[in-house]
Amino acid sequence: MTAATLTTGWFLENAWLIPIIPAIGFVLIIALGKRLPAKGSEIGIASIGASLVLAIGATYQWIDRVSSAGGGEYAGPISGVFGFARSIFPSASEAGTETYVEPVIKSWTWWQSGGLEFGFGQHIDGLAIMLLLLVTFISLLVQIFSTEYVSGDRRYTHFFAALTLFSAGMLVMVLAENMIQLILGWEIMGLCSFMLIGHWWEEQANSRAALKAFFTVRVGDVGLLVGTAIIFFGANQWAVDNGSNGFSIQAISGWALSGEASDSVLLWGGVALFIAAIGKSGQFPLHTWLPDAMAGPTPVSSLLHSSTMVVAGVFLVARLYPVFFIGFDIGSTNINLIAVIGGITVIAAAALAFVQSDIKKVLAYSTVSQLGYMMLGLGVGAWLPAVFHIFTHAFFKCCLFLAAGSISHSGSHHSFDMKKDMGGLWRKMPITAGTWMISTAALCGIPFFSGFFSKDEIIDNAHNNGYNLFYYVGLIGAAMTAAYMTRATYLTFFGTPRGAAAGEHHDDAHDDAHGAAHAAGHDTHDDHGHDTNDAHGHDAHGHDAHGHDDHGAHGPHESPWRITAPLVILAVLAIGSGYLNAPAVGTHYFTDWVEPVGAAVVTDEYSSDGYGGDDHSESAALGFAAPMAEEGYSEGCGYTTPEAGTICYAPKLNHAKFTWGKAAPSILLVAFGILASAWMCMGVFGGRRNPFAGLTSKFAPARWGHTFLVNKYYLDHLYERVIVRAVAHPIAAAAYWVNQNILDGVVNGVGRSGRRTGEWVYRNVDQRVVDGAVNASGLVASESGHAAQSIQSGRVNQYGALLFGAATVGAIVLILVNI
Amino acid sequence: MYAVNFLLLGAVMFGLGVFGVLARRNAVAVLMSIELILNAVNVNLIAFALMNNSAEGHVFALYVIAVAAAEVGVGLAMVLMIYRNRRSIALDELSTMRG
Amino acid sequence: MIAADVNVAQNVGFYIIAAIMVYAGLRVVSTRNVVHAALWLVTVLGGVAAQYVLAAAEFVAVSQVMVYIGAVMVLFLFGIMLTRATIGAEGDLNNRNWAMGIPVALALVGVMAWVIIDEYGSSTIAEPETVMPTEAISDIYLREGLVPFLALSFVLLAAAIGAIVLARKD
Repeated sequence: MTAATLTTGWFLENAWLIPIIPAIGFVLIIALGKRLPAKGSEIGIASIGASLVLAIGATYQWIDRVSSAGGGEYAGPISGVFGFARSIFPSASEAGTETYVEPVIKSWTWWQSGGLEFGFGQHIDGLAIMLLLLVTFISLLVQIFSTEYVSGDRRYTHFFAALTLFSAGMLVMVLAENMIQLILGWEIMGLCSFMLIGHWWEEQANSRAALKAFFTVRVGDVGLLVGTAIIFFGANQWAVDNGSNGFSIQAISGWALSGEASDSVLLWGGVALFIAAIGKSGQFPLHTWLPDAMAGPTPVSSLLHSSTMVVAGVFLVARLYPVFFIGFDIGSTNINLIAVIGGITVIAAAALAFVQSDIKKVLAYSTVSQLGYMMLGLGVGAWLPAVFHIFTHAFFKCCLFLAAGSISHSGSHHSFDMKKDMGGLWRKMPITAGTWMISTAALCGIPFFSGFFSKDEIIDNAHNNGYNLFYYVGLIGAAMTAAYMTRATYLTFFGTPRGAAAGEHHDDAHDDAHGAAHAAGHDTHDDHGHDTNDAHGHDAHGHDAHGHDDHGAHGPHESPWRITAPLVILAVLAIGSGYLNAPAVGTHYFTDWVEPVGAAVVTDEYSSDGYGGDDHSESAALGFAAPMAEEGYSEGCGYTTPEAGTICYAPKLNHAKFTWGKAAPSILLVAFGILASAWMCMGVFGGRRNPFAGLTSKFAPARWGHTFLVNKYYLDHLYERVIVRAVAHPIAAAAYWVNQNILDGVVNGVGRSGRRTGEWVYRNVDQRVVDGAVNASGLVASESGHAAQSIQSGRVNQYGALLFGAATVGAIVLILVNI
Repeated sequence: MYAVNFLLLGAVMFGLGVFGVLARRNAVAVLMSIELILNAVNVNLIAFALMNNSAEGHVFALYVIAVAAAEVGVGLAMVLMIYRNRRSIALDELSTMRG
Repeated sequence: MIAADVNVAQNVGFYIIAAIMVYAGLRVVSTRNVVHAALWLVTVLGGVAAQYVLAAAEFVAVSQVMVYIGAVMVLFLFGIMLTRATIGAEGDLNNRNWAMGIPVALALVGVMAWVIIDEYGSSTIAEPETVMPTEAISDIYLREGLVPFLALSFVLLAAAIGAIVLARKD
């Protein structure tokens, strides 16, 4: 294969502008927002829109770059049909060589200290392009949604400022060239999450949820710092030899695959980084903050806690995949930490979603479960399906959350409680219902919706790579997903309308619901966020008059265009985004464009072009087989040490070949889940009596199971009452004791001894010694004066004697000297 | 003649004059001892003038004589004043300047 | 002592006059009577003048006689007259610590004698051809030594005025 010249372009070279624009937007909103006509939202939308334009340009140029590397034939529409036909029958692997497409890497040194360089830069490869596009697009939709949803809010401007800053932070992280920048973006996101969850911090539940989110993720962030440090010390030597430093992500990837990395360094660094991913991406056991984060406004939930921020952990693992691949030995079939945690998360979260009555909590647990799928995919070596699942999941999950917001905004009078205030809404809110259904279908993995092409690939690859246990885990999780989503759909859109959905405007009942909601705490919460007491600071929702513009008709109705338009767009994408990488129809655009090819790169040419990824970088493929092969690899990047003079930046990964036969089990299980759940729901919530009605009241183990799930496995109890309190109370008491007795004792003791020393010094040293010396010197002077007084007798004769005597002495001395 | 003659003579006179300054009580006697000293110096000067055959020694000696005369005049005037004020010129008793 | 270039007669004359001078000087500082001390001083001064003549310094000798013996000693005698109530011997003319003067004087004389003998012990003075002419002295006075000469006149003026001022009765 001849060497190819990679193209680049203005958008690729200047992709670092993409996070800068929202950052500037944030500053402008803070400074000017309140004075603008749309109160700052126009700056937010404009800045994100500009970033989106840049991201689209960068995407286009990246696709050009990939094609210029000689990889990826595009399946056009005609060949797509044949591809579909072909895919029913397994066929031989398609031959073709692929070369590693070098990312566009730029870096500027921010500050240097002691040989360490800390820089800001960009590392644009397929993964970064995908997320840049995704984040900017979803951020834009959510901001448009928010202009309607939070209009009239007491902190409208700051809401948009925080949203914009969040987008900037995530974009910084996505295109981070080095770990320090990644950590920076990570932390900005954490800060914005805190600000946004606690947007209505006047209700204590919200501020507590924000703190819980922040601290739980913080526990994981320790791992991030420790992991970065471990990896740095491991990689720095190799990185410096190859032209960068131990923070650079490209260098870390190369080092991990170079064979010179110590296994234990990779393992422990990987464990530490994975702990950070557990915290940020809500894996079990640090998932407890995600459901509570639903206390924030719905746009926040849809942007941060479903599509973008929570995938940061998955992104971290995917970005530094060589570290995990080698450290956890993902290439073999041994069970590894990532797969285990991912698998547990899938099942545990799915189980919890069954007992929620708050629609946003159902979606939150669903998000946790899907994040578990992504981690599971990464853990079994299915890198591309996991990343593709990020892509598709973002669209349909964001759509589901926005639909929930639409329901609360226009259907259930700001309530999210499915059991109390929803039901039968499909008639009154058709668009919302339709988009919800489409997204649910995608989430469940029904064929031809996008989730099928991503989630099922994870399950398929788990089996293909030999992780059979996780294959079953994935299948069970798919069934459970279908089941609980059916339950949620039923409760929300079907059945008899209850509560607000029935049009009860409940002035009294509303206050009851208010009071009940605030007394009960978190689960059923009103995301309207007005204080219960007096100041109803809402322009649009003045509660005194109860003259809601929205609810003019006293009942659920469809939402305005600014809410439904994003819903429709996302629903379309929930169907269509899957086709970017649908082996069923033979398209593999996503694989071509996003997955880094596990081919070794010749170092001389690479390093001679410098680290700037300029236009004329050439890389020679070394003739490995096509990545579409199904068989396991025994040599190549990730399996053997690269040859001298070459560097591997990505491991070679298996891709399972899609056949309908292999997909059959999951399809059947999903169908079973939907039907079983529908039947149960009709029995429990609907009118039809069936054996499942009243199960928990009749059957004790069922009740125990239900209680266990309702209490979220008592994890919150463990964290807050046991761990935190065990730390807080005894340690706080001990710290207080130390403070009072030891520290204060030391201070007081020092003071006392100082005073006593001062007194002693005064008496002895000052009075006796110093004053004594002073007095003594005076005494000496006066006594010597008295003694010398006799010389001054006043008698001339004596003076003359002295004079002549001195002269004599002087003469003698002179003579003696001059002898 | 021997050079040492004059010089030794001068030295002896100087010593006598010194003794007189130190030992005498009467102020006038002290002044007279000072005259002895001055004359000793003159002898020395003339001796050296003789040895070096120059007139400068003579000049100096005449100078000394003139100044000595002036000094005696003023000194005796002071002694007279002291005598008037204190009725005594015994230097033993004139010690109000003691420290 | 008999040497070719030594004028024996001069030396003998010198020694006799020196002996008289030393004895008179001793009497000056040891007599109990102040008037006697003054008269012995006259003797000393006369002896000095004689030595000047021996040293071929006739002008200085005459000046010595005129100024010292003629004026200064008269002044001394007047001073003595005006400052004592009694004539004749009086009480102790020496002060309490007069003995301290002896070692000092002896030390001084000893040092000087030692130096003189060390340096000049063996040298002789050449016989001058003539006495020092007065022109030589006056030449110096009125040429190089003019300023001291004039200053001297000021000194004498100041002394005269000072003496008058100090001694007048007011």
